[in-house]
Amino acid sequence: MKRKRVSYAKYGYLFSLPFVIAFIIFMLYPILYTAVIGFTDLKGLGNTQIHFLENPLDNFKEIIQNNSFKIALKNTFKIWIWNFIPQMTLALILSAWFTSGRLKIKGQGFFKIVFYMPNIITAATVATLFSSLFGYPLGPVNDLIKTIGGADAFNFSQSKLASQVIVAFIQFWMWYGYTMIVLIAGILGISTDIFEAADIDGANGFQTFFRVTLPNLKTILLYTLVTSLIGGLQMYDIPKMYQNGNPDNATLTASMFIYNQAFAGSYKYNTAAAASMVMFAIIAVLSAVIFFMLRDKDEAKLRKQVRAQEKEYRKKMRGEKV
Amino acid sequence: MKIKRGIFKAIIYVVCILLAILCILPFWIMLTNSTRSTYQIQQHAISLLPSKYLISNLNVLLGKSFNPMMGFLNSIIISTFSTFCSVYFSTLTAYAVVVYEWKLRRGFFTFIMAVMMIPAQVTSIGFYQMIYRVGLTNNFLPLILPAIAAPAMVFFMRQYMLGALPLEIVQSARIDGSGEFYTFNRIAMPIMKPAIATQAIFSFVNSWNSLFLPSILLTRQEKFTMPIMVSLLRGDIYKTEHGAIYLGLTLTVLPLFIVYFLLSKYIIAGVALGSVKG
Repeated sequence: MKRKRVSYAKYGYLFSLPFVIAFIIFMLYPILYTAVIGFTDLKGLGNTQIHFLENPLDNFKEIIQNNSFKIALKNTFKIWIWNFIPQMTLALILSAWFTSGRLKIKGQGFFKIVFYMPNIITAATVATLFSSLFGYPLGPVNDLIKTIGGADAFNFSQSKLASQVIVAFIQFWMWYGYTMIVLIAGILGISTDIFEAADIDGANGFQTFFRVTLPNLKTILLYTLVTSLIGGLQMYDIPKMYQNGNPDNATLTASMFIYNQAFAGSYKYNTAAAASMVMFAIIAVLSAVIFFMLRDKDEAKLRKQVRAQEKEYRKKMRGEKV
Repeated sequence: MKIKRGIFKAIIYVVCILLAILCILPFWIMLTNSTRSTYQIQQHAISLLPSKYLISNLNVLLGKSFNPMMGFLNSIIISTFSTFCSVYFSTLTAYAVVVYEWKLRRGFFTFIMAVMMIPAQVTSIGFYQMIYRVGLTNNFLPLILPAIAAPAMVFFMRQYMLGALPLEIVQSARIDGSGEFYTFNRIAMPIMKPAIATQAIFSFVNSWNSLFLPSILLTRQEKFTMPIMVSLLRGDIYKTEHGAIYLGLTLTVLPLFIVYFLLSKYIIAGVALGSVKG
């Protein structure tokens, strides 16, 4: 008994339609629009007239030669690295401790909750809070320096180095708990057989960590690295609210540069758009890395096999014909 | 050997406790200082015990341009609706990718993964110009509707759905005469509840915390969200009112603290779940 097969394919299109429409309106169109603005002379509040430049690449030239933009990119990477290295190191150490079968650390649930807490608190509030904490001359940190250290109050907001270090510290402080939880999940996902084998072979804690845990975490480590880098490139809330780029552009980041060009008084939408596109190019390259990591590996392998089989089959067919 | 391990464990606990203090102390200082007078704070900026000036700080805070109730309402409206949009439509999109065989399915999913990482900053100039032209600045819609297309959440929902939703259920629903849309709402959505719950929390918190787009689109003070209100606290009007500043900061994050301590178990589980991809 053969029933007429109903095709449900149209529902696939129908159900993904809202996503597609929203994507086109709110992401694709704005991106293309931004790219187009990058080639125009669009400036001034309330101006929406598109008028292409005679030399369309002028904005990009201007941006690449712009000193503030160079400084902003440099600051962004510098602050990101200063936050990422300690963050990763601490997260790795903590996750090794928490997953160790020999150490059996108690209170893990509590520590996880506390370490992760800063991550969900509004970054704008955290940054403002830290600017109060590091206030001069009467902030809590200076209170500590005076009471415990017996030293003079230090004006953190006037020092370029201190400002960058504090922004990097806030990032580190907000994210190490997150990274730790991700790594713990990764370690728990490694087959216990490998750890048992290492145990039987007499490996100590350090050997197990460096020879077994780390190599097996490679994918997750790379994933964390790239997502953190993409997130770091967008760094805006904390440097903006902590020091607003001061002192002397020391905490100016790429996102803040774009905001300042377009929305903080000068309304230079065209150069801001060009800067956005430069950022987009950097992020696109990084996203490509993640993309290849997250592909369905089994599925990709299967498809490859099928293709190879087909090829062989065709070869055979040809061979028979000849 | 045993003593050595004991010492090692003691060191670990000390480190963990110090880190816990480091995480809590800034917030604790914020809480206690919001109850202390400016004079007290200027004498000693750190106090582990609260004082009794909460009400007077509140009066100073509310006496100026800071209106936490308004910011709270605005933030709630935007976060609630955008969370609903992102969760519902992401699940629907994932359902389209998982359940149905259609020609562009694989290409569509590849595309979703490719655009997962595009940040708002990169599109902001074009986005602002578009919104300005249609006259929707100072309107919440441009902050809510984009949540319908949340590629990262679609990706998560799809991964979860592959394991949680057997296609046989969908088929037997069809035999029972259920329409496709009805099956999605009444059968798939309930099965997806655990994933929806964790994603809803993250989506809500993200939306609540976001500063970049709202600060571009919302220029009228009665439309400000909580994170934009924080910037008012940094302005000159509160320059010496330390107690009021700390109180204002506390008010902006109080809902988050409550949500976090009620749901922390699920949130931590959600972080772990979301990370083990592919």
